[in-house]
Amino acid sequence: MTADSGIRAGVGEIPTPEFDSTPVAAAPILAKARVAILTTAGLRGAGDVSYWQPTDGSFTVLPATDRDVQLSHFSPNFDRSGFAADINVVYPVDRLEEMAAAGEIGSVADQHISFMGAQFDSTFSTMLLDSGPAAAKVLKDDGVDVVLLTPI
Amino acid sequence: MGVLARVLEEAGIATVGLSLVRRQAENIKAPRFLHCEFPLGRPLGKPKDAAFQTDVIRRAFALLDRTDVPVLEDHPQTIEDQTEQPASCTMPPRHDPNAHGAVDEALGIRPAYNRQLEAAQGRTAMGRVGGPDDVGQLIQQMVVLAENGDLAEVGFDALTVRAAAQDIRAYYEEAGLALADHVPGARQIESWFYTQTKTGKILKAVSSSLKEAGEERETWYYMLPGSQQR
Repeated sequence: MTADSGIRAGVGEIPTPEFDSTPVAAAPILAKARVAILTTAGLRGAGDVSYWQPTDGSFTVLPATDRDVQLSHFSPNFDRSGFAADINVVYPVDRLEEMAAAGEIGSVADQHISFMGAQFDSTFSTMLLDSGPAAAKVLKDDGVDVVLLTPI
Repeated sequence: MGVLARVLEEAGIATVGLSLVRRQAENIKAPRFLHCEFPLGRPLGKPKDAAFQTDVIRRAFALLDRTDVPVLEDHPQTIEDQTEQPASCTMPPRHDPNAHGAVDEALGIRPAYNRQLEAAQGRTAMGRVGGPDDVGQLIQQMVVLAENGDLAEVGFDALTVRAAAQDIRAYYEEAGLALADHVPGARQIESWFYTQTKTGKILKAVSSSLKEAGEERETWYYMLPGSQQR
């Protein structure tokens, strides 16, 4: 068993909120879509390396031009060398810029969003009812109609 | 992440997510997920491989038109971590016999850290408690802590000791990238640090020492990756 498979087995057993239905928005034509990234990697911008504490359900707004982003996630239980070498392996900002330049997507949002995952019960409620809708508003105000979600 | 997908969809934004833990993606029933059996910490699979990363994104975006939600597809490739194969990094010889071996080791790899810092255009994960100029002092504090588990004696608390451990790990892992001269497989640099370096072994000893001293589990457990708690 690899280190990751052991963690996957444990994390997979953590209860998640239960929902009766799956909301779904109509996807625009990709070549005309304005795309943002929302990651749960616990990223902070502008060189801010302060720890992201467990149960903190807030979010960070990352300017799309900023590459000095930091992995502030509290957990040591995942590989960090990949991100140190190339932020795109978690936060594919350069890939989206290339796809926009090639006309595969319409445009890239002016700002992206990061939360920190690996959260538990009360924080789910915060994300569902408070910080999540606030992040959605940030993206809507920027004209975003497609979001790529990335974990860590 | 699935909770946030639901919030965005309800706000009229179409989402597609990459999944690293399939069971969670199954449970949360978000509309569209591409499960990637890739290393934790590398959801796009391969650092420094733009073509592979773009292919992952294209596969994810291909799910956007699906209306038979919830959709959970699997990326056809599996990439495993390589914890059991530490990276091979040539270390500099000892040069200050008066310094603790771990401190001397850390100072010896400073040129490698600087090379990676330049390659990353100044981006470094150090700085929670100290920067690269402070790494010797931080390690010296860890040396004392490994012996007695007394946080107050070295001026740490439950939070700062973990932050200092992250700073030291970041320093070594960033230097390790330069020493390896390529991007090793997932967790190979991590394994090199904790099993092949003097400082990594001291951090493991600190975790044990804090546990024996009766510190809270989250303090000593989160000093290290779980895979190194043995």
